[in-house]
Amino acid sequence: MKPLLLVIVPLIGAAVAAVWPSNRTRPWLLPLVGFTHLLLCCWLLASHPDVSPEAWLGFDPLARAMLPAVSLLFLLCAAYGVSYLRVRSERPNRVFVAMLLAVLGLLSAGHQARHLGVLWIATEAVTLAAVPLLHFNRTPRAFEATWKYLLVGGTGIALSLLGSFCLGYASLHTGGRGDLTLAALSAQGASLSRPWVLTAWVLLLVGYGTKMGLAPMHTWKPDAYGEAPGIIGAILAGGVTTVAFTAILRVRSVVAAAGEGPITDRTLLIVGLFSMLVAALFLLGTRDFKRMLAYSSVEHMGILCIGAGLGTAGMWGALFHVWNNSLTKGALFLSAGNLQRAAGARTVDEVSGMARVTPCSAAIFIAGLFAVTALPPFGPFFSELRVLRAAFETRHGGTAAMLLVCLLFAFLGLTRLAFAIVDGRPRLATKAPGIRFAEASGLIIPPLILLALSCWLGLSTPGGLEDAWTAAVAQLVPAK
Amino acid sequence: MNEAVNLLVGLAMGLNLLALGSSRLPTVINVMSAQGIALGIMPLLMEDYFDWRVTFVAAATVAGKGFVIPYLLRRAMRTAQIDREVEPIIGFVPSLLLGAGGTIAAVALAKMLPLLPEHTGSLLVPGALASVLTGFVLLIGRVKAISQVCGYLILENGIYLFGLLLLHATAMFVEAGILLDLTVGVFVIGIIVDRIQRAFDSLDTRKLTALRE
Repeated sequence: MKPLLLVIVPLIGAAVAAVWPSNRTRPWLLPLVGFTHLLLCCWLLASHPDVSPEAWLGFDPLARAMLPAVSLLFLLCAAYGVSYLRVRSERPNRVFVAMLLAVLGLLSAGHQARHLGVLWIATEAVTLAAVPLLHFNRTPRAFEATWKYLLVGGTGIALSLLGSFCLGYASLHTGGRGDLTLAALSAQGASLSRPWVLTAWVLLLVGYGTKMGLAPMHTWKPDAYGEAPGIIGAILAGGVTTVAFTAILRVRSVVAAAGEGPITDRTLLIVGLFSMLVAALFLLGTRDFKRMLAYSSVEHMGILCIGAGLGTAGMWGALFHVWNNSLTKGALFLSAGNLQRAAGARTVDEVSGMARVTPCSAAIFIAGLFAVTALPPFGPFFSELRVLRAAFETRHGGTAAMLLVCLLFAFLGLTRLAFAIVDGRPRLATKAPGIRFAEASGLIIPPLILLALSCWLGLSTPGGLEDAWTAAVAQLVPAK
Repeated sequence: MNEAVNLLVGLAMGLNLLALGSSRLPTVINVMSAQGIALGIMPLLMEDYFDWRVTFVAAATVAGKGFVIPYLLRRAMRTAQIDREVEPIIGFVPSLLLGAGGTIAAVALAKMLPLLPEHTGSLLVPGALASVLTGFVLLIGRVKAISQVCGYLILENGIYLFGLLLLHATAMFVEAGILLDLTVGVFVIGIIVDRIQRAFDSLDTRKLTALRE
């Protein structure tokens, strides 16, 4: 029942938001529901609930390792959202608040799904629920981004359904009775039909990889992240991509149980490295600081895949990196949203000198940039170090070298652009220079807390979380 | 019985080619509608005895793919005053050749995948793959938003065909999920189409090029 509450509470919140009469007080539902969700999550994290193998939805070790990160990110984004929607009070926010809460509920369902069908429906529903959120600004460019998101994302999600069917047929082929829970599929193990399992793996990797934004299926990402409000970028980059990664990990464990583990590892490494390479090259060229964050997200999805392809130690690093990615991306997107609103533009050709216009947001943006490019003492440094060490331990020297080169290129690209925006004489696209943009504390404190959390994760990773990651790795890669 | 299903799958594959070759939007929508009805009848032919869940899937598919979605698309066309030409990026003859080649490749590919004894000789797998490929050609090779939606629906039809292989074994759950998402998806797409119309005064996705590197 408790795992179901994580899904139901936000959905009830969404229903309430849909009928709530006042545009001014409605946004407060966001932190209220977010806080309840986080409390539930922490309670479940501490209480180690038992999950029966045939359950379709359960707070199993993998969900324990992932979902609290999303919940934490959501709460801080929700707190930011209250101030943000006050700034944007000219726009009705009924659909925005309701859909944001629905996304939280569906993300919880996706993380906890232990059944192929439930997993797919939750991911598809998240895709659809995010459409009005992307479209919040109602500009022609937002239309365009939403259209591309829906077309590319919809095709990806259709392919993942085809992949789920293939996996189901593989199970039927060897006497399965149509039980599509992942535990039952794993239990069938090596008897699953090999050609069908491989077909399913390819389709599911492409399908959920599209949702996650792995290259070359990442094309929707820069447009969507660039045009959406910062808060939505944060939720997409830290929450929605995470649920797709969870899906890939769950499918991977079934395919590995069928005896194709080496192939999954190899494909994950290749896709991960390719994503990093594409992201690094585009980072060197882009001139728009919100699209830059999207490419940085592609890069970090690449790191997650590489970690997942490097055995137990790498998988542990990847789970750690999921947390770091959510927290740092949250801080970056929220502060970038502030910068964009103050400057009225997003490209290096139009904007500079933000350190004088919005000193707090600019400082958070730069600190977040150092965090995301893996400078100590922030969390990403430590998780990427884990992944690198796993690469050396498993004799993937070439992978490690490429990872380092891509990280270096990404660092160059990110810092080049960020300092061009922040340094120099103030130059804005909207207001006359000299007018101070009001930095409300509600728009500054949430990204600051996210950064502090990332720093804390790096300096002293809580033992409870480390245990949760170890348990999740044990679930994903059973000891032989 | 298997023959009857195969006949319908063959019909659906023929309709794929028709969708690729036709130059007018209403024809493409009609083709899709016919394909939806053919797909909806299939589960009934596959069952030996009456099963209310299978009947429900069939009825919902015929209603959804055969009538509701084509109606929504026609309405979108009327309200947005889209003219009826298809405007291909990939011309009709190349599209048809791609579709025919894809169908042959689908049959060859399906031979490599092992089937359950009760499915041997069934055209469901090649039909599914051919429809998915047709959907892709339409998605990539057509300019107008409505034709892209048609392409997406044909792609989904292919996935539905594949799902029929699992009809006996799995709960209706997965099937119901498809129908729901399909309808909602088109609904959402329809709204966006409407908005695109207001924003650009056309349904030409070629104009959606402000965002690029």
